[in-house]
Amino acid sequence: MFISRLRVLPVFLVIALLAFCLPRRIGAQENPYIVAYDHYLEEPGSLEIEYFSTFGTQRASNDFHAFWMEFEYGATAWWTTEFYVDAQSTFGDSTVFTGVRFENRFRLLKREHFINPVLYLEYENKRGTDKLLKEDEGHDVESDYAPSNARLGQEHDRELEFKLLLSGTHQGWNFVQNTLAAKNLSNHPWEFGYAIAASRPLALKASGKRCSFCEQNFIAGAELYGGLGDRHSFGLHETSHYFAPVVAWNLPSDWTLRLSAGFGLNDNSHRFLLRWGVSREIPGFGSMVGRLFGNHR
Amino acid sequence: MRGYVRTLTVTSVLLSVSIALGQKEKPTYKYHKDALVYAELAKAPQKARAKRNPFEKDPDAIAAGRNLWEQHCTECHGDSAEGGRKGPSLLVEQVQSSEPGTIFWILTNGVVWRGMPVWSKLPEPERWQLVSYLKSLGVAETIPAAVPAPKPPSHPATESSLPHR
Repeated sequence: MFISRLRVLPVFLVIALLAFCLPRRIGAQENPYIVAYDHYLEEPGSLEIEYFSTFGTQRASNDFHAFWMEFEYGATAWWTTEFYVDAQSTFGDSTVFTGVRFENRFRLLKREHFINPVLYLEYENKRGTDKLLKEDEGHDVESDYAPSNARLGQEHDRELEFKLLLSGTHQGWNFVQNTLAAKNLSNHPWEFGYAIAASRPLALKASGKRCSFCEQNFIAGAELYGGLGDRHSFGLHETSHYFAPVVAWNLPSDWTLRLSAGFGLNDNSHRFLLRWGVSREIPGFGSMVGRLFGNHR
Repeated sequence: MRGYVRTLTVTSVLLSVSIALGQKEKPTYKYHKDALVYAELAKAPQKARAKRNPFEKDPDAIAAGRNLWEQHCTECHGDSAEGGRKGPSLLVEQVQSSEPGTIFWILTNGVVWRGMPVWSKLPEPERWQLVSYLKSLGVAETIPAAVPAPKPPSHPATESSLPHR
């Protein structure tokens, strides 16, 4: 599983570039969150291709750059399904594929309410080298990531993850609370985690002109996330926590750029996590695939 | 390595199934042949109907609404709201004669089980700007081919689908 960085990163970037070269146009209105989820699902039939990077500092070992591709498809207006492929480079060590994830989100209520629940189910098949920090759970602490890739790669995890996503939007503000419960399919206890976030567009009114730098194209907010221990020792003891201001720039040309600077809140956390991502939505992807297989409706 | 191949196969199959289901749910025919497509308008509560569009007299709202329309709505409802593969025409009497508050309510809540997502992620002023644009379009002179002629009044669903005026 150890591959040259020169071979892995271009694969991710080529897929991302292919997505960005597609000619269809749709205006994205994506939230700025990297870890938290709101209750808005992918539009039915649309595929969103996303590339994300996380640069993380590491005490007593080498810093790292983890990156992943997400393929997010709106199966229906109440069901979004997502597939991830992820990898990481540890500086002065090696670049490795770290695993795959398959995620589903189900909207539970028919209409919009003050709080809107969404059920999240995910299956992860990953190596111990996984450094995405896409969620923080159980007793995940910085020192877990310190060993070399060769040593971490010996660990292989299959995990089921459940989340209850609660989210609501009022006066332009979106508020999010996610509760996480994860179960390693080997003999490990249930682990728990949380994420809280809020965001708001810089302007609530759209401009009459198409523009890239209009205030309404920017959404700014913050995320707070961390672990809550496991079934045997629930709580904040030996857990890591992060606070991260986030911003998204929704360009009229379909692109969405996200940036997040995360700060560890205790000694068990990485001191700094810099994340950025770029995404592009392909509307009507389901119809395109359907036509490919002879569905000419 | 075999584990990864297996996982990739399983996820590919599941993705294909979801795409196929997405296709199955595609509302083109079901919606366009069914007057119930506009029935959701009648479900808007009185409080929502009574809401006034704060941009009613703002001439810029239509231009802004058009921009928003092009960004978010054309994929399903067509470039000029004439209806598309996934969404019905909005240039029909049922929609155009609805109160602005009713259209705003539909935008906010979506028609989730029929494929229209909720659009509350657009801030409230933007949703009203969209309403301004939609209301500026008026009823199409020729009814798009995809939209059926209204059913006889004896049909209970047709009656309930007409919005209150």
